[in-house]
Amino acid sequence: MERLLDAVTILSLALMITVLFSVRRSHIRVEYSVSWLAASFILLLLSRSRALLNWISNQLGLTYPPFALILLVSCVFVVVIYRLSVVISDLKDANIAMAQRLAIVEFQLHNQNEKQ
Amino acid sequence: MKQTAVNQTAVNQTNATDNFLVLIPAFNEAGAIGGVVKEVRQVVPKAQVLVVDDASKDATVSQASAAGAEVLRLPYHLGLGGCVQAGYRLAYELGYQYVIRVDGDGQHDPRYIPDLLKVLRTSGCHMVIGSRFYQGNGVHTSVVRAIGIGVFRLVLRPILGQPVRDPTSGFVGVNREALQVFSQSFPLEYPEIEALVVLQRKRFRFQEVPVKMRPRQAGRSSITAVKSLYYIIHVLLGVFINILKFERRPRKK
Repeated sequence: MERLLDAVTILSLALMITVLFSVRRSHIRVEYSVSWLAASFILLLLSRSRALLNWISNQLGLTYPPFALILLVSCVFVVVIYRLSVVISDLKDANIAMAQRLAIVEFQLHNQNEKQ
Repeated sequence: MKQTAVNQTAVNQTNATDNFLVLIPAFNEAGAIGGVVKEVRQVVPKAQVLVVDDASKDATVSQASAAGAEVLRLPYHLGLGGCVQAGYRLAYELGYQYVIRVDGDGQHDPRYIPDLLKVLRTSGCHMVIGSRFYQGNGVHTSVVRAIGIGVFRLVLRPILGQPVRDPTSGFVGVNREALQVFSQSFPLEYPEIEALVVLQRKRFRFQEVPVKMRPRQAGRSSITAVKSLYYIIHVLLGVFINILKFERRPRKK
């Protein structure tokens, strides 16, 4: 149990530091770093607060608190990944619309130039 | 410009009854596209022919231009739906009343374009589908695809409120109202079936017209036997999602 909690603590700290460095180097935009920072903060909190983890596992009816930790970790990352899917879908829609618009504008420009 | 009618001014001057465009989406169809464009121009000399090139790596663009088509060149590959929608968007902006879509691989016989156009003009329906299964016309399709089409027919019947014999046909014509809808919302992958559901959401009507289809003249189909199962699942999912879909709110500026 303790080893697992320590591992999660290290993982969350590593994630937090990686995200902060990525933001600093402009590898990730600030608005998308928020999800990851929030996720790593939740992991850190759960791994360091035994009382909170026990309370959550009691609420969920789980006899073994690490199950609650694994469940919550999974949920947090599912939310983050889902949010990224939404962002990617929006970007793809915008990208397609922009490519179509670019092609149409080039077509009309070409026709105007030939007309002159 | 080779065909001056394909600009806003000329389109406005075009007689409304002749104001239609033949749209040919093409991706690496250098072997067939020239012949298709020439055939279309022979059958319907008054038609404007627009080839939408989906970033082909071969000589599709030069072949289409040499055959006398206008070419809308996409900057990178968007897939069939994005390619067709780009053509619909341009056609809508240029003021066309009717658009007939013909595939660039030569499977669709342009001799049926006048039939599609006639029904589109006289029936009041928003979309016509060239159906290879209507009245048992010559059918060239694989067993797997035939099974898929059977599944789609069964699923679509209650959704559309009328039977559709050839829901996967890309040989379609649309009027200006449908053109407006498709220029704003058009499925990206395997768009033919989902497009029917998009129209149904608007309470638009469609009609099938018997056509004969030919084997493709060159190139390979994008839907191979291996992809067929994925195709069926993807389309069915797309159909159900389209039924549940909300109209999207405008993007925040």
